[in-house]
Amino acid sequence: MAYVSAPAEPPFRLSMLIYDRRYRSLTFQVIVFILVMAVAWWLVDNTITNLSAMGKDFNFGFLFQRAGYDIPQTLIPYTANDTHFRAAVIGLLNTLLVSILGCIAATVLGVAVGVARLSNNWLFARLMTVYVEIFRNMPLLLWILIIYAIFTEVLPPPNAYRGDDPAASMILFDSVALTNRYTSIPTLAMTNDPGSLDLGARVTINWATISFIVAILGGLYVRRLIGNWAQSIQNATGSRPTTWWMSLAVMTIPSIILIFFFGLHLVPPELKGFNFTGGINVQNSLVALWLALTLYTGAFIAEIVRAGILAVSKGQSEAAFALGMRPKRTMNLVILPQALRVIVPPLISQYLNLMKNSSLAIAVGYMDLRGTLGGTTLNQTGRELESMVLMMATYLVLSLIISAGMNIFNSRVKLKER
Amino acid sequence: MNKSLFLGTVAAVTLTAGMGMADTLAEVKARGELNCGVNTGLAGFAAPDASGNWTGFDVAICKAVAAAVLGDPAKVKYVPTTGQTRFTALASGEVDVLARNSTWTFSRDTDLKLDFVGVNYFDGQGFMVSKDLGVTSAKELDGATVCIQTGTTTELNLADFFQANNMSYQPVNIDSNAEGEQQYMAGACDAYTTDASGLAATRAAFADPENHIILPEIISKEPLGPAVRHGDSNWGDIVRWTLYALIAAEEYGITSKNLEELAKSSQNPEVQRLLGTTDDLGAMIGLDKEWARRAIAASGNYGEIFAANIGEQTPIGLARGLNAQWTQGGLQYAMPFR
Repeated sequence: MAYVSAPAEPPFRLSMLIYDRRYRSLTFQVIVFILVMAVAWWLVDNTITNLSAMGKDFNFGFLFQRAGYDIPQTLIPYTANDTHFRAAVIGLLNTLLVSILGCIAATVLGVAVGVARLSNNWLFARLMTVYVEIFRNMPLLLWILIIYAIFTEVLPPPNAYRGDDPAASMILFDSVALTNRYTSIPTLAMTNDPGSLDLGARVTINWATISFIVAILGGLYVRRLIGNWAQSIQNATGSRPTTWWMSLAVMTIPSIILIFFFGLHLVPPELKGFNFTGGINVQNSLVALWLALTLYTGAFIAEIVRAGILAVSKGQSEAAFALGMRPKRTMNLVILPQALRVIVPPLISQYLNLMKNSSLAIAVGYMDLRGTLGGTTLNQTGRELESMVLMMATYLVLSLIISAGMNIFNSRVKLKER
Repeated sequence: MNKSLFLGTVAAVTLTAGMGMADTLAEVKARGELNCGVNTGLAGFAAPDASGNWTGFDVAICKAVAAAVLGDPAKVKYVPTTGQTRFTALASGEVDVLARNSTWTFSRDTDLKLDFVGVNYFDGQGFMVSKDLGVTSAKELDGATVCIQTGTTTELNLADFFQANNMSYQPVNIDSNAEGEQQYMAGACDAYTTDASGLAATRAAFADPENHIILPEIISKEPLGPAVRHGDSNWGDIVRWTLYALIAAEEYGITSKNLEELAKSSQNPEVQRLLGTTDDLGAMIGLDKEWARRAIAASGNYGEIFAANIGEQTPIGLARGLNAQWTQGGLQYAMPFR
């Protein structure tokens, strides 16, 4: 009788690790892993040896010593008597400030320019092309320096506002002063100050600010309810009720009531001594950095947006036109939602780039994380390794947070496959 | 992904963290060139001239050390460093000597692991303002905007001074002296603060120096001197005694002109020892007999260097003041060559 016996397993030989396909991939993975770990061990060991040869240790105790230096612009209170740690946090907040402002402005600019480049108006579209090509083909550092130099050289010093016949005058009803140091804008003051919520570590939030945030969030929520209600009416009857005035009312009326309740008013800056006081002085370094980051990244975003729109097939817009949709609605309801799928992934890396590029701030003396922790603190304490490691870890965490957030957004707009 | 990031991190910091503690003298001799860290450009102290040659008060120290060690004052590679990069450049071995108007402080000497070998200029921090501001004292600067180089001791002194006098100010952080000059000239700051010598040097480079005044207050002690890495005492000795040789040469009246003559004819035993005519002091620090003679020949004695670069006959116009010889009522005092 015939039977098929399973061929006997050949005994394991060492050469099978290379010649047998079952083991080969595993072998190479193990080899690569060992090599990588060996290099890592060598680098760490080398660092430790060199540090001990120089008599230096690796510790972060310096973060809790007195910083001793001042920072021109801070979001939370800071004095020279605070610790290096607080100085680093100030720097981080400044990095976040310019990054968030930059991301918002660059997105608005980029989308506008990207759409404009596809405009039928020849001159307009070409002008936008010129903008894109100029800004994305020159190094960002140059743009930052150029814009800062323009501010410094062209705008008048605060002194020019002095006297009976000043050489310069304030703009916007005498409320904003442009100088070569800062832009002085009015500050908000209240006649009924409700006091502040103390968050600890000398960080406070005024209750009025909290009320405004609640009012706006509440307004947004009610506006959504109104939208849902209009949608259900439209589904039932086929005609959509006019809701814009309701939305406008829920968004603005609570805020207007709060303004009167707190007695909110503007206090314009005035020239006192050497500088403008009473207002908020926005440093030119911040404005220059923000403008440069916006214009530079905006040029890249414009190209991404243009590519995204071109990726939507022409038949889509033709179909929309055939249904009688106006060009604006076609863009908003048909083209952009589909284009977003193409736009969002490269947009994430532009946001990451912008955040990392903000570390060029030191060129104009804007004290971001690189300027405080990686600049003055590093220099005064001589803790290069610790400061650099901490700074790299912070940027890494920030990048990962931005990526995670944008990935969530991406998963909401991407093609839903059923 | 995460692992490669980590590796990159470690690699980057390892490369900057230092090249170990080799014998600097042997290294310099083998290289045939002295790496000297200098200012990126401060007239009188260290700045390249029209044909690209570095000259200045600090540069003369580099030349003297190169002459003593390598026998040729021209064998120097000048590495321009900013206030922020100077100590890292020294700690990492990028430069052998840092002669960059750096202040000798406790934490730099101990925590930063530097060795300051002496003081070549006793300085103090001052303020420069435009004359039309009508300010005559630093105490009147309440609320002013002040340009300040980041990563310097002056940054800390400034904060202390305003705090001690209960005044406020707006700092404008700048990275180099050139940038500070530009900001100050454009009126982006009311006052510019740095070491008084640096202010004089900066003002000398202006088109209208007469319209700017240096306020009388000196708010700190800034002993400026060359520094070397901690841990190589022999190299530190060489730089220290080269500096002393220049100072002692002035004290004994040895100039670049009468140097050879004195080496042959001087009957002063101290001069004979210094110039290597009698004892062999050089051997004690690993150099030859005539090391000090070459160091002095490089750009003259301390007084000649001072007069040629920053003295009253130059546009910078600094008086000797504290930097006169101790015999003239100053603080420059070379330890005995014995």
